[in-house]
Amino acid sequence: MRRARTLARRAGRPIVDLATSHTTVSLERATIRLAGLEGADGERVPWVNRLVDAVRQEVGLEHGVALPVWDALVRGQAPDLLTLAQKAATGGGGFRIPAGRDLVRARSAAKKAVGQGIRRIDNSRRQRERLIRRHGDAPRRPWIYLIVATGDIYEDIPQACAAARAGADVIAVIRSTGQSLLDYVPEGATREGYAGTYATGENFRLMRAALDEVSRELGRYVRLTNYASGLCMPEIAALAGMERLDMMLNDSMYGILFRDINPVRTFVDQRFSRQIHARAGIVINTGEDNYLTTADAVEAAHTVTVSQLLNEFFAKEAGLPEELMGLGHAFEIDPAVPQSFRLELAHALLARTLFPAAPLKWMPPTRHMTGDVFRGYLLNGFFNLAGALTGQGILLVGMMTEAVVTPWLSDRDLALDNVRYVLDACEGLTEDFNPPPDGFIANRAQQVLGEAVELLERIVDEGLLAAIGDGTFAGMRRPENAGRGLDGVVKRADGYVNPAIEALEVVAP
Amino acid sequence: MTERKLVRPYGDTTGDGMVQVSFTLPVPAGKQAEGAAAQLAASMGIDPAMVVHSKAVGADHTFFVIYGPVKHLVDLSAVTVAERDYPLLSPKEVNTGIRRGLRRKMVVLGACVGTDAHTVGIDAILNIKGFAGEKGLEYYREMRVVNLGAQVGVPQLVERAQKEKADAVLISQVVTQKEAHLTTTREVAAAFSEAYPAGRRPLLVVGGPRFDESAAAALGVDRIFGRGTTPGEVASYLAHALV
Repeated sequence: MRRARTLARRAGRPIVDLATSHTTVSLERATIRLAGLEGADGERVPWVNRLVDAVRQEVGLEHGVALPVWDALVRGQAPDLLTLAQKAATGGGGFRIPAGRDLVRARSAAKKAVGQGIRRIDNSRRQRERLIRRHGDAPRRPWIYLIVATGDIYEDIPQACAAARAGADVIAVIRSTGQSLLDYVPEGATREGYAGTYATGENFRLMRAALDEVSRELGRYVRLTNYASGLCMPEIAALAGMERLDMMLNDSMYGILFRDINPVRTFVDQRFSRQIHARAGIVINTGEDNYLTTADAVEAAHTVTVSQLLNEFFAKEAGLPEELMGLGHAFEIDPAVPQSFRLELAHALLARTLFPAAPLKWMPPTRHMTGDVFRGYLLNGFFNLAGALTGQGILLVGMMTEAVVTPWLSDRDLALDNVRYVLDACEGLTEDFNPPPDGFIANRAQQVLGEAVELLERIVDEGLLAAIGDGTFAGMRRPENAGRGLDGVVKRADGYVNPAIEALEVVAP
Repeated sequence: MTERKLVRPYGDTTGDGMVQVSFTLPVPAGKQAEGAAAQLAASMGIDPAMVVHSKAVGADHTFFVIYGPVKHLVDLSAVTVAERDYPLLSPKEVNTGIRRGLRRKMVVLGACVGTDAHTVGIDAILNIKGFAGEKGLEYYREMRVVNLGAQVGVPQLVERAQKEKADAVLISQVVTQKEAHLTTTREVAAAFSEAYPAGRRPLLVVGGPRFDESAAAALGVDRIFGRGTTPGEVASYLAHALV
């Protein structure tokens, strides 16, 4: 195990160097968002986009936006950020990179303004702790995680409240298809999502307020989850931190592999977003389950372990304690494989043993769910049992109608019955579940760990970016110099200043 | 005329007609709800309907499981099956088909053409992430997918298709203001006919939520896919049309 961790650190270190020597348009926009700029122009282009684009055009982003923006404000080019963004949008920003005393003044003004956002994040964290003390926490582990996704925030709210009343500890609002590829965060309350609801600051606020009401009514704090992924990962992380979301999906490689987002863009954005999550006390959920939807769950089991180790390294490096690492894995082995349940237990137990303090995110079967809802219900029962036996932290509730319809009211109710029955019946069973050290389960776990170490060795030799480039993960080739969002990556100059990063930076482990 | 062949559902005895259904009514649990469920079952032809299970789902809904004999008959001689004009294949079958038939990778070019910036549809079909539980075309080993993204001009599309030696070009049209989707599609078709010798142009496939799927010929393209099309359907069609 120690060898695996050392290798993950060696594989990840060059990526951290890359992340700390570049910036991105979204990272810079997130910085401006922390200083409080919101809203959009008549064409619904957010003001943060207008402002950052104008700075980039006039003086470049190599030094970050903070210096040119607050230099302009200190010089009285505009009374506030919004006015400056409006002027900048028409080419009247008058930006420059300040030097000498001007630089010191701009830097200090930027620090003060961005510090307000950091304080909002700190306050949200304290407010969460207060509410958990007042209302009480989820009654047990694993937390029961349910998804809502109507596309309309005003439809999502009653559905989320109903799900919470029915027993959900965590509500996840799925995002609209394609939001991860938008290079801006939509504004305001939205009603027109496609297979999901847009992540916007206002939608976050509305849903959190509704769940606060329900938490009070139920006497337990109900958590809210969204997605810090895609091209606007840092901005969404900033909004989530300020609006008190509790968990965010945030994977180190998902966007690269499954959304063809440029690898450098992803790693730069991800480090910043994880720093924000660490500050905000937000649990990240990583996306290893996705590998198993494209690759075979037995053959590719070790790629899940490798990704978990990499996600752990990047999370730790960004300041996230193990308690905030919802490392992912999934119950996706073909039920026709002999001893499939024993294999599942071996994989689940391996993750549990490798990451003892992490609230592991346990994902239900999707690949082998057919139209046979009765068989699907049984499979979900076994999934729940594996979760109970191996002490998983967050259990995403599986629906028997997976791959048939979006869950009906009754599907969700039956699924929760299934979860409740298994968790009640197996309360405390983890203490009896100690597979013999030379048995099938322990041997299989050893084998997967061994394969993971081998793969990590190869990645260390080759470099992680090269490994991603030649299709090591999920069978997808994603070269370093291609993919979406590449044009938004900028190498930092020596005089790069970002007050948000300065506030968030912690001593590397 | 073919002879009528009548069957009824089978529980445990030939001809017993037994069926099982479940549904939810927006009615609070109780006697009235059960009566309502029995009434609905009777209208479905289940008579007598046994409400074997009813359970409150929240304060305002009730879930039911019903068993009972259905009085309807099925005439097997009158069953008609709608045939798709191409078979639906698994990714494996598509890959094998391409490998055997083309003996090289199939090159698929995709784009949102014109002013359209809505890449939702094309991404759902092409990205590995896919749609409706099916992986996108990138997942198919024997396809080389080039996704040009949004707001691609028609000349660039043609140029790129020639450069990549595309076998198929997928264009997505979501925006429909002033019939933009139809105008752009005709424009694409015309540009490709002009740029390629007759009968040599790549397969042109258009997708979007507002198209009439039967209008392909009128618009000068090979195929139109409407709302809810899954990547598997597109892949199967490509394999059918090109291999």
